[in-house]
Amino acid sequence: MATAPAAAPGQTRTPAGPGPGSGGGRGSTRARGVRPRPLFARANIPAGAASLIWLLIVLVPLWCMLSWSVQSRDGFLDNGPLSLPRQLTSGNLTTVLEGGFTNAFVNTVIVTVVSVALTLVCAVPAAYAVVRSTSRFVAGAFSVFLLGLAIPAQAVIIPVYLMIVRMGLYDTKAAIILPTVAFGLPFAVLILAGSLRDVPGENYEAMTLDGAGPMRTLWSLVIPMSRGSIVAVGIYAALQAWNGFLFPLILTQSEEQQILTLNLWNFQTEYGVNVPGLMTAVLLSAAPVFIAYVLARRWIVAGLAGLGGK
Amino acid sequence: MTAPAPAPARPAFLGRTRAASHTDNAARPGALYAVPAILVFGVFALVPLVLVGWLSFTTWNGLGDPRWTGLGNWRDLITDPGLLHSLRITAVLTIAGWAVQTPLALLLGVWAAGAQRGRAVASALVFLPLLLSGAATALVWKALLDPNFGLAGSVGPWVGMPDGNLLGTAGGALTAIIAVGAWQFVPFHMLMYQAAARNVPAHLYEAATIDGAGRVRQFWSITLPQLRNTVVTSSTLMIVGSMTTFETILILTDGGPGAGTQSMPFRMYQQAFKSFEMGPASALATVLVLFGTALSLLIVRFSGFSRMRSTLEGI
Repeated sequence: MATAPAAAPGQTRTPAGPGPGSGGGRGSTRARGVRPRPLFARANIPAGAASLIWLLIVLVPLWCMLSWSVQSRDGFLDNGPLSLPRQLTSGNLTTVLEGGFTNAFVNTVIVTVVSVALTLVCAVPAAYAVVRSTSRFVAGAFSVFLLGLAIPAQAVIIPVYLMIVRMGLYDTKAAIILPTVAFGLPFAVLILAGSLRDVPGENYEAMTLDGAGPMRTLWSLVIPMSRGSIVAVGIYAALQAWNGFLFPLILTQSEEQQILTLNLWNFQTEYGVNVPGLMTAVLLSAAPVFIAYVLARRWIVAGLAGLGGK
Repeated sequence: MTAPAPAPARPAFLGRTRAASHTDNAARPGALYAVPAILVFGVFALVPLVLVGWLSFTTWNGLGDPRWTGLGNWRDLITDPGLLHSLRITAVLTIAGWAVQTPLALLLGVWAAGAQRGRAVASALVFLPLLLSGAATALVWKALLDPNFGLAGSVGPWVGMPDGNLLGTAGGALTAIIAVGAWQFVPFHMLMYQAAARNVPAHLYEAATIDGAGRVRQFWSITLPQLRNTVVTSSTLMIVGSMTTFETILILTDGGPGAGTQSMPFRMYQQAFKSFEMGPASALATVLVLFGTALSLLIVRFSGFSRMRSTLEGI
């Protein structure tokens, strides 16, 4: 019945297609039709009011973040939490950058880029095999992947720690990347396989008639046809890596390997009372995601749809 | 965009159906194509799943080798009053999390699926919390809830909490964790309901309006039954999410005050990486694995992932 928001870009062959949150969906098409739907003919006051209240609940903390981050510590304490900042300062930026933020930022970028690449390199061929292979082994593997969907990462963190230590990977970026990718793979394969199932069998046959083997089919049919899902899966993997906390917390230790989420937490423990500084750090850490959201909201929402309750 | 009918309903003239696709003459990829994914997933997700069971029968302090001690950890776990306490905390977080998030997400999602003025802008803004990491969210809320310089000091007196020290009591701290979880995850579930509500056929509402059914009646007898698959999937994800809440607890309350917010994952973390009692912690983790597996079987069972006719049908 209901199709996931993630399905939209997955099935849309061009990025110009209507995305899940873009307002171009069926709902608004319908509303623009000749006969307006009775449901929407009059304003839904209770739901509208609830949405307004929720919007406030969402926006007030975000407003505080923004307004606190541009005030000095003393200014913020005098001013009170909700009022407009009287004197703007960029001093917090200096404090944050001195706290190892730049190093953590670079580490997070590396971890994220490698995680996305590794996820796609593993998941795209696997999805192709799941949909097109006749091997029983692959079908069995797919069922096992499905089981992995809801295994909480916390539940296996102790053996992962043991293994990472024994492999000599403790306190390296690989220690963060490998488990992060492993736990993101079930969802990635699932989404990609789903979009590949919508490719008609004739297309594969045509490739074979042209003399293409599986490898060329992968390159010239599978990847172009699932471009939308590949982007969604990539964004999902990027968000998981960028916002990850548990694996870096347990599997790294040194400041040199620290990533952003841990840097933020560290900042709070070290400079507990410097709330404006902390807000600046939080905003800076989320800035790439915010910018991406502004530029490509539809794709980010599609990628987010994979975040699950985790 | 969203196809209302799954692939098997596709008429024959549109081409081969999925069932026939295995009989075409195209070159087939070998199992080798799935090997990298299976390797990474197997080594870092499946092997640990087995290892955690084994570790629960050992004594290990994080250094050296785990030593086999049989059922000792399990005996301790069952007789540990702390287990019952953390189970109760986890149950409260899970049930209250579901009860708070589901109605909100449903209401907001159904509203956002409509065509009200400003809806697109409102939904764009409502998604913003999803962009923050769990750690960042918890840190921001910790500052907001600080009774001395946060919002809590100013807002608290209005809502009958003169000192605004919400995190100072066990009940208040649990409430805070549930509220932060809702702030963080309602947008995601709203998104699911929004997409699903757009797929409810318009003629159902038209017929109901002709029959004289009001909006509330239409919601209960059309919208909700039509969304039941989404309710199941969203609820399952919510339950897994609330059950495994970790960063929020660690950063916001650190399990306190006292042991007031020590949920199972938090307790496991403390035992393993603060007290370095890896054996008992593994027993606790095994319990979590069992819960997780049961829930993921439920997801597979109800959402139709295993038959998977179209992309993520059921979410």
